[in-house]
Amino acid sequence: MMFLQVVLTGVLVGSVYSLVAVGLTLVWGLMDIINFAHGDMMMISMYTVFWLYTLLKFDPFVSLPISAGITALLGIVIYKLVIKRVVNAPGLMALLATFGLSLFIRNFAQFLWTPNYRFVGESILSGKRILIADIVIGLPQLIAALGSILMTLLIALFIKRTKTGKAIQATAQSRDIAELMGVNTEKVYAVTFALSGICVGVAGTLLSGIFPVYPEAGAMYGLLAFVIVALGGFGNIWGAFYAGILIGLTEALGGFYLGTQFKYALAFLIYLLVLQFRPKGLFGW
Amino acid sequence: MLRVDKLMVGYDSVPVIFDVSFTVEEGELISIVGSNGAGKTTILRTISGLLKPFSGTIEFMGKRIDKLPAHQIVKLGIAHVPEGRHVFGKMSVRDNLLMGAYTIDDPNEVKRLLDEMYELFPKLAEREDQKAETMSGGEQQMLAIARALMAKPKLLLVDEMSLGLMPLMVDKVLETLKEVNEKKGVTILMVEQKVQEALEIADRGYILQTGRIVAEGTGKELLESDLVKKAYLGM
Repeated sequence: MMFLQVVLTGVLVGSVYSLVAVGLTLVWGLMDIINFAHGDMMMISMYTVFWLYTLLKFDPFVSLPISAGITALLGIVIYKLVIKRVVNAPGLMALLATFGLSLFIRNFAQFLWTPNYRFVGESILSGKRILIADIVIGLPQLIAALGSILMTLLIALFIKRTKTGKAIQATAQSRDIAELMGVNTEKVYAVTFALSGICVGVAGTLLSGIFPVYPEAGAMYGLLAFVIVALGGFGNIWGAFYAGILIGLTEALGGFYLGTQFKYALAFLIYLLVLQFRPKGLFGW
Repeated sequence: MLRVDKLMVGYDSVPVIFDVSFTVEEGELISIVGSNGAGKTTILRTISGLLKPFSGTIEFMGKRIDKLPAHQIVKLGIAHVPEGRHVFGKMSVRDNLLMGAYTIDDPNEVKRLLDEMYELFPKLAEREDQKAETMSGGEQQMLAIARALMAKPKLLLVDEMSLGLMPLMVDKVLETLKEVNEKKGVTILMVEQKVQEALEIADRGYILQTGRIVAEGTGKELLESDLVKKAYLGM
C-alpha cells in the first residue's frame, strides 16, 4: 500500500512538472531557445495569486484566469523586449539573455516582496483529502494534477487542430516557408510565448495553495522542466508529458526509499544518463 | 504585372545580383535560366520578400512591394514554390495544402480549393493523411505547387522545380505548370537550370549569368541564339 501511495504522489507531482515543461518545450520546438526565465515566470504567477488572496481575498481558483493572463502577457513582453533581439543571433546569445532575465526577475521580486516565504492560507480545497482504501490523496494535489493534465491536453489540441496551431507547427519546421504561406511569424513567436506563459501561469496557480511563495519558488521547477524537456525530446509535447511523470515518480520513489535528500539528485542522474546514451531524449525522433 | 527595376541584392552586404531589370506581363509564362550560382533563387526570394534589395525597385500590379514583409506579399497574390520543394515534412498532405490557403479566411472557399487541387493532382488526394516527408520527390514537388496554388495566386514563382527529379518527372511537372498557366490563367515566373526544357515552354525568357541578365527574348529566339547554343546546350 505504501508503494502505491508513493507512486500516486509521484504521478501527481509529475503532472504539474509536465505542464511547466510543456511550456518550455513549446518555445524550444519553435525557435530553438531555452528560456531560463521560465521558472521565474511561474513564480510571478504564484505571487499574483498570493497578492490577490491577501489584498482582495480571491480564492486561488478564482485567480486562475487572472494569473494565467498575467503570465501570458509577461511571455509576450519578454518576447518583444528580449527574445526578439536574440532569436537570429548564435545560440549562446539567447541562452545568456534568458539567464540574465531570470536573475533580473528573481532579484526584482526579492526587492519588491522580500525573500520571505509567504503562504496562501485558505482555499476552498485546503486541508481536504480523499481516502481510497489506505491511500490518502490531498485534494489540492489532485486538482493540481488534473488541472495540469487538462491544460496539457488543451495545448496539444490547440497546436494540432487550430489554424494558429498549424501555423506554429509550420513555423517550427521552416520560418521562411511559413512566411511564404502568409504567416506572420513574429506574431507566431509572440503567441507561443503567451502559450508558454499560460502553462506556467496555470501551474503556478495550482501550486500556490500547496507550496510557499518566495522569489526562488520557480527556480527548481525551471531546472526540472529543462531536464524533462531534454528527456522527452526537445519540442515534443507528449514527450515532455511522459518525461514529467517519470521525473515525478523518480523523485517520489527515490525520496521515499533512499531519503529525501536524494530525490533531485536522482532526477538529475537520470538526465545525465539519458544524455549519455540517448541524446535526443527518450521520446525524441 | 511585375516590374523589377535595377535590382541589386545579396547576402550580408555582398551583392550577388547586379542591376537586374525585367518584366512579367499578365498571363505570361516567363523563364529565367542560368547555371548554378547565377543568382536565380536570390531573385525569387527578393520578389517574395524573404530578402530585401540593396537598391532598385519591385512593383507588382502598380504597387511597390520591395519593402513589404513576405507574409503580406502573399496576400497581394504572389505565391512561391521554393527551391528543394520544402514541404512541411512532419505535417499531413492535407495540412500542407491548408497552410497554402492560410491567407484565405472563408472556409467554403478553402474547401473548394482543396477539392480543386485533389482533382488537379489525384495523387495528393490518395495520400492526404500521409506525412509529406514520406512521399517521393516528384510527389513532394506536386504538393509544393498545389500548396502555392491554394493561395489563389495571380503570379506563381517556381524555383528550380527540376532539382532532384528524374527527367520523366520533370516533363510531367512542366506539363502541369503549362496547364496551370493556360487553363487557370495563372501568370508564372520560373527560374531553372534545365535551360532547354524551361525555354521550350516559356513565352519569353531571360538568361542570367553571375548576377546579370545577358540576353532576353522569346523562348524560341533564345533557344536558337548562339549564346544559348554554345553556353548551355553544348552545340
